[in-house]
Amino acid sequence: MLDVAEEKHLRRKAAQLRRDIAEMLEPPKVGHLGGSSSSVEIVTVLYFYKMRHNPKEPQWAERDHFIMSKGHSALAQYAALAECGYFPRQDLRHNKELGFHLQGHPDMRKTVGIEANTGSLGQGLSVGLGLALSHKLDGQSNKVYVLVGDGELAEGQIWEAAMAAAAYKADNLVAIIDRNRLQATGPISERMDSGDIQSKWQAFGWEVMEVDGHDVKAIAYALDEADKVSERPVAIIANTIKGKGFPFAEGKAAFHNAALNAEQYQEALLLTEQMIEGD
Amino acid sequence: MTRAINPREAYGQTLVTLAEKDKRIVALDADLSKSTKGDLMEARFPERHIEMSIAEQNMVSVAVGLALGGKIPFVHSFAVFLSGRAYDQIRVGVALAKANVKLIGSSSGFSDYGDGATHQSVEDVAIMRSLPNMTVIVPADATETAKATEAIASYRGPVYLKLNRNDLPLVFPEEKEFIIGKVYQLRQGRHVTVFANGVMVSRALEAAEVLARRGIEVSVADVSTVKPLDTQAVVSLALQTGAVVTAEEHNIIGGLGSAVSEALRAEAGIRIEFVGVNDMFGQSALSYQDLLSHYHLTAEAVVQACDKVLAYSSRVVR
Repeated sequence: MLDVAEEKHLRRKAAQLRRDIAEMLEPPKVGHLGGSSSSVEIVTVLYFYKMRHNPKEPQWAERDHFIMSKGHSALAQYAALAECGYFPRQDLRHNKELGFHLQGHPDMRKTVGIEANTGSLGQGLSVGLGLALSHKLDGQSNKVYVLVGDGELAEGQIWEAAMAAAAYKADNLVAIIDRNRLQATGPISERMDSGDIQSKWQAFGWEVMEVDGHDVKAIAYALDEADKVSERPVAIIANTIKGKGFPFAEGKAAFHNAALNAEQYQEALLLTEQMIEGD
Repeated sequence: MTRAINPREAYGQTLVTLAEKDKRIVALDADLSKSTKGDLMEARFPERHIEMSIAEQNMVSVAVGLALGGKIPFVHSFAVFLSGRAYDQIRVGVALAKANVKLIGSSSGFSDYGDGATHQSVEDVAIMRSLPNMTVIVPADATETAKATEAIASYRGPVYLKLNRNDLPLVFPEEKEFIIGKVYQLRQGRHVTVFANGVMVSRALEAAEVLARRGIEVSVADVSTVKPLDTQAVVSLALQTGAVVTAEEHNIIGGLGSAVSEALRAEAGIRIEFVGVNDMFGQSALSYQDLLSHYHLTAEAVVQACDKVLAYSSRVVR
């Protein structure tokens, strides 16, 4: 359980990540604000609390792994990697520039700290399962965390991976579902309802938990609880708000991938600075 | 080295031998291990053979994860399912990420003659060849298959190895080392150059015998590595005769014929003919030979193609 100081520290980190995301979207840049900001607390707790990792030794053999299967949320991961020191924070503003290492979707061959190439949806959970099986073969205890979007759950490969992970008792694999309830073109419930996802993961043989995906304490608690589960993989359904922290974008599918106007950009910078100082 | 004349048997046995020496080697199957000979790995190292059931996309991405964990995964399925069903997983996870994954496209071409078009592949080489970072190898027989299997295990990076499920005549010299990217000239000749791979190498050699009886000397090269293509060797062998025929068990669009044409694009005065599948899908047949004959993948077709290029060539006076 997080104590008050730890919780405050993580909330401050999350605010810094949101500020970084805002800075990465300096007009006229187009970017995935919605899904990046819904993932912020999850990414924060993983990088600044839960995972064993070492920015000075990105290939450290004993590290835990994070795979951003919903690769369009790369901005949240880039911010976390920069705040951890995998690369300079000044790099962030150059995202998507021609020849620069920060791609529109994560590329392990270009960016230090990225563990897998993702962005074509539905593949990250399978890659995570492969890594988890590799560690099991070697008798190692490294854990693998995969962040999946709720829209991404429409990809059939997710369920292939879900079935296989349960069959192979991959208890070193944790899937976190960023349930922001919006896909690129609108609410999932209206576009093509994915139904009762909780029961679906349970039926596939996973241990399922549900948390407030913006409550760092709840996320940390769930991730710690996941360590106690044996013989089966864990799915944490994190209820989130797309665009969280940016009132003009909250709950709006239009900000799945968009440019901010000058006013929105200033508001984003101001609000995130206030969040950093407020804690 | 194995004496089997069945390429997939040779592959399966070689993989087990390699796995005995290298603990990093693992194998994955999608409910086709009896066909792909992944079953030999399963029998010898059950914990290092991972059955992924009938889910090729997940299988390829899991292999990517295993490679990230330091394993050397050999991924088995029919060529058509691997290259088609799991294409995007190969594209993003294997090729773009330069993952050390070996993709074994088994029962390729028309070699699964009975199952028809859904199970046959006429386009796998074109698909795989168009992916950056991918190495594409089409061995001619069991000997070359075994040697190529050894070579790709020690090569670091993505590989597509195309295998035939039927017995093939042995044509690759037992004493020769297989090097990825090397073109093997199996017969010398000054009138026409045939570039072939897979089952068509033995047929090209047959054609060369037929033509030799008519005084036409045919050079036959086994271009097992379609990518990266040894452009220099291809150009030099082509220039020796000025008349080129390519022969492959694949669509004439995008395979060996295309690769050779690309290599020769700057060479003036070379006439090229393609022996291959003329942009059609396969179908069921009761024997492999019947199907190869139906689609003109025969020694006779190679002879005709040689005659055709020679008719245009000024270098042979007949």
